[in-house]
Amino acid sequence: MSQANGRRVAVTGLGFVTPIGNDVETVWSNLVEGVSGVGPITHFDASNYSTRIAAEVKGFEPERYMDRKTARHLGRYCQFALGASQQALAQAGLVPGDMDPDDVGVIVSSGIGGMEEIEKSHTALMERGVRRISPFTVPMMIADMAAGIVAMHTKAGGPNYAIVSACASSGHGIGEAAEIIKRGDARAMLAGGAEATITPLTMGAFCQIKAVSERNDEPERACRPFDTGRDGFVMGEGAVMFVLEDMEFARERGAQVLAELIGYGASADMHHFTAPHPEGAGAIRAMRKALRKAAVEPAQVDYVNAHGTSTKLGDIAETKAIKQVFGDHAYQLAVSSTKSVHAHLLGAAGAMEAAACVLAIERGLIPPTINLDDQDPECDLDYVPNRARQAKVDVAISNSFGFGGHNATLVLRRAELN
Amino acid sequence: MAELDFKELQELAAEILGVEPEQVQMNVSFQRDLAADSLDLVELIAAVEDKYDVELPEEQLEQMKNVGDLWQFLEAREAERTRA
Repeated sequence: MSQANGRRVAVTGLGFVTPIGNDVETVWSNLVEGVSGVGPITHFDASNYSTRIAAEVKGFEPERYMDRKTARHLGRYCQFALGASQQALAQAGLVPGDMDPDDVGVIVSSGIGGMEEIEKSHTALMERGVRRISPFTVPMMIADMAAGIVAMHTKAGGPNYAIVSACASSGHGIGEAAEIIKRGDARAMLAGGAEATITPLTMGAFCQIKAVSERNDEPERACRPFDTGRDGFVMGEGAVMFVLEDMEFARERGAQVLAELIGYGASADMHHFTAPHPEGAGAIRAMRKALRKAAVEPAQVDYVNAHGTSTKLGDIAETKAIKQVFGDHAYQLAVSSTKSVHAHLLGAAGAMEAAACVLAIERGLIPPTINLDDQDPECDLDYVPNRARQAKVDVAISNSFGFGGHNATLVLRRAELN
Repeated sequence: MAELDFKELQELAAEILGVEPEQVQMNVSFQRDLAADSLDLVELIAAVEDKYDVELPEEQLEQMKNVGDLWQFLEAREAERTRA
């Protein structure tokens, strides 16, 4: 990416509405302390479900970020996106309304969109008839609305849309936003993902495909990537947003550069709608493409934030893919799955995990894979088990893979190594 | 005849339109003064129909100039019901 043309991409702001905190310091503290965000489902009565646990956002007050009427008319995932966007802009010190409308664009990815609102309207239709469907159903449910809402409220008038690739959505969203900056279509982008799918239908549907952990008695120990005791992913929710900027523009205005986004690779598995390719073939190509575009050698990578969902197939395939891409260096790298702590934010997962990479680079501390008590022999890398590790991280990559076989890899580099 | 309580209508409209109940006065317009758009009005109609057990076609609400017109409509329906 840094080789393609003169423009480079800086990360200057991060915003979080997550199961482990609604501000950067709380999120970071829980990530490195390994304080799980998973607990019993409170959003609805899940007592008849095989999975009764999830990582819910706690203590989010929409009124901190929007007026009451706006909050009423936004899907939950859009509320999260707006909250996280405002935090990211505040950290970056960027005010789109003071700039040319074309200068700042917005990509908010969501795997699914306003699921809770679809379900409520469907219930109203079934129980009370067509005239009781909320007129806000459409704006609440469509997966592009978060990008639209963020633009309306932040006055960012540049390129604006959502990217949908299931659990890779915000990996792609951040990567494509960087490309927009590089080709000169915007000087800055708000980019990330938002999801809110801890709902009766979505949870039930994931239960039916046996994809989610049933460790209901020990919620905080349920998400255990690379551990023999894993039994599926744990549903999370939330939004994580980045401010990305043309490096030159960021420097001109004196913004603090948290990290540089130097590479992005995307690929398809061409294999199955939910299962990953068993050898990680698509993941390998995404990682290689990203590293090539970043112009870094595999041996320069210090940390891989794995997709690591805590499913047997996924963890093994990703491990194989990392070994293919990195060769012997795979055993020198630190690899961790922070999903063990914050669970799976689906469309927001890529942004959450790329943010963990930014913070690891910035703060010299690698967040652990928690609940790794009995490592799967087929997963034989250094997954930073259970305790954060102090380490200088110059280059980190974040992997995101989605149902449908979509793969995205982002490469981030320490800012002062320019 | 059962008396309708204007306060209840104020609270209902305020909740849906995201305003304070005191702003919902007889002489104010939903669109102009309370910033209601067409989606808000559809939601308001559903809430009014449910609460007051009436049918309120959208065209009728659109013709109402202000909150007072809606109030009079509700009072008239209530009066008919009492007579019946």
